Amino acid sequence: MMNDPIVEIRNIKKSYQRGSYVIPVLQDINLDIKNGEFMALMGPSGSGKSTLLNLIAGIDKADSGTIRIEDTEITTMSETELALWRASHVGFIFQFYNLIPVLTAYENVELPLHVTSLPRRAWRTHVEMALRIVNLTHRADHYPNQLSGGEQQRVAIARALVTDPTILVADEPTGDLDRTSAEEILDLLERLNAESKMTIIMVTHDPRAAGKAHIISHLDKGILYNADTQAAP
Amino acid sequence: MLILKLLLRNAFRHKLRSFLTILGITIAILAFGLLRTVLTAWYSGIDASSASRLVTRNAISLAHPMPLSYKEKIRMIDGVKAVTPGWWFGGIYKDRKNFFPNFAYEPATFLEMCPEFLLTPVEKMAFIKDRKGCVVGRKTAARFGWKVGDTVTLDGTIFTGKWDFTIRGIYKGRDKNTDETQFFFQYDYLNEKMKKTVKPRADQVGFFFISVKDPDKATDVAIAVDKLFKNSYAETLTESEKLFALHFISMMEAIIVAIQIVSYIIIIIIMAVMANTMAMTTRERIGEYAVMKTMGFGGRHIATIIFGESFVISALGCILGIALTFPAASIFSRTVGSTFPEFIIQPKTIYLDIAAALIIAFISALFPTWQAINIRIADGLRRIQ
Repeated sequence: MMNDPIVEIRNIKKSYQRGSYVIPVLQDINLDIKNGEFMALMGPSGSGKSTLLNLIAGIDKADSGTIRIEDTEITTMSETELALWRASHVGFIFQFYNLIPVLTAYENVELPLHVTSLPRRAWRTHVEMALRIVNLTHRADHYPNQLSGGEQQRVAIARALVTDPTILVADEPTGDLDRTSAEEILDLLERLNAESKMTIIMVTHDPRAAGKAHIISHLDKGILYNADTQAAP
Repeated sequence: MLILKLLLRNAFRHKLRSFLTILGITIAILAFGLLRTVLTAWYSGIDASSASRLVTRNAISLAHPMPLSYKEKIRMIDGVKAVTPGWWFGGIYKDRKNFFPNFAYEPATFLEMCPEFLLTPVEKMAFIKDRKGCVVGRKTAARFGWKVGDTVTLDGTIFTGKWDFTIRGIYKGRDKNTDETQFFFQYDYLNEKMKKTVKPRADQVGFFFISVKDPDKATDVAIAVDKLFKNSYAETLTESEKLFALHFISMMEAIIVAIQIVSYIIIIIIMAVMANTMAMTTRERIGEYAVMKTMGFGGRHIATIIFGESFVISALGCILGIALTFPAASIFSRTVGSTFPEFIIQPKTIYLDIAAALIIAFISALFPTWQAINIRIADGLRRIQ
């Protein structure tokens, strides 16, 4: 199972239209990510890392090529189908946490469950479990502005985990944190991958963050270079 | 439940902005309600008019009198039940601001024709017997602290001089919309004084008030009356009491139309203010909506949150506006005195207030919702950065 690719990307091309100019962002990308892998995507700004992450997560559409996640081709899905698919298959972690400021930590974690088929009676267990994983049960009733940056990112991780997604995608998850908090977040992601065999795809600039991943892929000017394997997952 | 919580908390996220918007809607609904009540009050006399009564006046205008001799001729027309001569007296009690409508009629005939003015048999008899007697509506009596037996002096404007009356009865309205501000006295008192003082004005009549036996034949009677006086030196125009009242109101049509336009402009202005508020809040939260869309929330959820917030703000403004309309109407009614026979906030006005608030909420949320639903997730997320 571990060696089966959970993400299969074939011949993906993506460009953006800026006025009369067409700017190519991704060129003929091919990539396999195995189940349970922790992969880091590195590259300079504008290299197409976040675009590739968005395509894998189903929040953007490629110009051509196919993306299969767990044998489901997402490139042919409609917006509505993609939204439903994202709700149960993808967990997102953002650089700026993106918590809803008027909801408590508990409510922020509960929010994604509203668009899943999970019965309401099971919600509490899921939310409490997710908060326990990130070690924030004691901060459940706090609002985001009452939490530190590191704690907010942990709430965001709990929110990403609560639906028990197939893949976890993280876009610069430590980009807005101090060194200690960043280390905590990376340890948490590493633990999730090791203990829960969660497939994680992380975009980062930070070599220390990338050092936690098993595989590091490099993108430059829209071209994906060979993945460096750091350790067997 | 969480979505409901989210939209409620969003509504008060910027407390000052929400407070000012709610205040704006409150004032708009209050103003709208008051203006609509003014319009309703203007037409209330028409609703109170009877289908079995006609008014005959000089065809030239109300200012031109007719001879009293027409009375017997009208009475002889088939279908006429009773007829009384009438004059708009235009008397003033102490000061012009103390306005109330006052008329001269034949008392017995008039009271028989107008059963909506309720008097006790004793009061009725006292009024009929006393040449200088008068009957006054409950509201006007209460306004000036008058009671039966009091002497009231009016300054004549159309019929100059001081006119003394003794209050012989205080009537109550039979129906909710019966005008309880009027003042009636005997036509003979006026006519006899005219005979002594201004002889050419004696035996003249401002209008005839006619009751018909069959309301379905009121039009035939009206035609017969006007036909009878065709080619006379004072040709007549006979119309239903309702139409007669409408003619009065049509004299002020420009004011009425202006009030109507202003009432709608107020709603349009507050709609623009509310739309601006909703556009600002949505622009600020576009990143949050993008995050929610990332999680799988669809357009339906986003629309619920934005429309919900808009409806909460609008509903609060509407409730406060309606609640304040009642005391404001009461103050307004006291200030304008008996200009309007009744100044009551009708259920229809409340429904219009609610409809206006709903329209404000709906229109204001329309564009921001469209914007939030249609923004690309990646673009929305970029706004946060």
